[in-house]
Amino acid sequence: MSADLATTKYVCDSAMDLLMIEMVAILSKTHSETDGEDREAAYAKLELLGYRVGMGLVESNFANSRATRDKPRFADNLDIIKFICKDFWLLLFNKQIDNLKTNHRGVYVLTDNNFRWFVRMAADIPTDTAQLAVLHTAFPCGLIRGALSNLGVSSIVLADVTNLPQCTFQIKFRLI
Amino acid sequence: IWRNRTDKINAELFALTYGSLVATLVKDYEDYAEVNTQLDKMGYNIGVRLIEEFLAKSSLPKCGTFVETADVISKIGFKMFLGITPTITNWSADTKEFSIIIDENPLSEFVELPDDALLPPPASTGGSAATGLWYSNILCGVLRGALEMVLLQVDVFFVSDVLRHDDATEIRVRLVRILDEDVPASDE
Repeated sequence: MSADLATTKYVCDSAMDLLMIEMVAILSKTHSETDGEDREAAYAKLELLGYRVGMGLVESNFANSRATRDKPRFADNLDIIKFICKDFWLLLFNKQIDNLKTNHRGVYVLTDNNFRWFVRMAADIPTDTAQLAVLHTAFPCGLIRGALSNLGVSSIVLADVTNLPQCTFQIKFRLI
Repeated sequence: IWRNRTDKINAELFALTYGSLVATLVKDYEDYAEVNTQLDKMGYNIGVRLIEEFLAKSSLPKCGTFVETADVISKIGFKMFLGITPTITNWSADTKEFSIIIDENPLSEFVELPDDALLPPPASTGGSAATGLWYSNILCGVLRGALEMVLLQVDVFFVSDVLRHDDATEIRVRLVRILDEDVPASDE
């Protein structure tokens, strides 16, 4: 599979949104121990799910395409991050990351001002939204980590959701 | 007009996400029948939400007959959400049952099932999904949930799936009854 525009297929974004909501619901339900553990286990599961999808998407869309063939190796970590901000985000959400910051010591902060998967949720669930939102960040954090992993970089990705529907992702490269 | 207002996302993201979800559920439940049930339930929850959007975007008048309903499901419902137009066929004589044949299933484009998931449905249960994995069973739930919201109680189940090496992917829809406006919809 290549990311050839002519053959790229699409489905309605609501179908994806609704699937996401149910996915988070069912995976947080399967663990019925104490609340804290519960959330952590669900988070881990969703993150891993995202990781696999992120890996797969980079594999099928960019392994052979121009983006990586012309530059088989990224010049540096910033280059890889830019790839996530631009190409990967475009593939996922038809938009780019709105803001990128770095402390120049291996930590990058990506801000999406209107995170696709929060727009509907913020409208649907008025109370407890921020807490629930944390669970909803597991999947996208995994997506990023999976994508980076396929590009040969090990990372830790965490999200901050204090300001819905804005979402910031903090990416920290792990030294090998 | 609604066609332009529907945002689209990459079908591969959708398919991979669904695939990973099914894999996770199979691992969690270790029982295909239970996974089928869970997928159907998820679908039901999606269906009851999705119908609002469907009605708002399509602004269609009420369907006069079940035949019309089937047509709308295929040509507008499937088209709107999954970008496909499955074939409606195999009507029963009383027009209360029909089949949906899906040629290109966006949920399962890159999927291959393990052998143990391929057990055929036992003929004795009338072809209902008692054994093996019905990978796309979420669709049955979606249809059931959505139709219940427009007061049509239906049974929906997979008859065959190309993933199970069948010739076609077929979903059977059976109208059980038309619900009364004032009776609350059954909840699970």
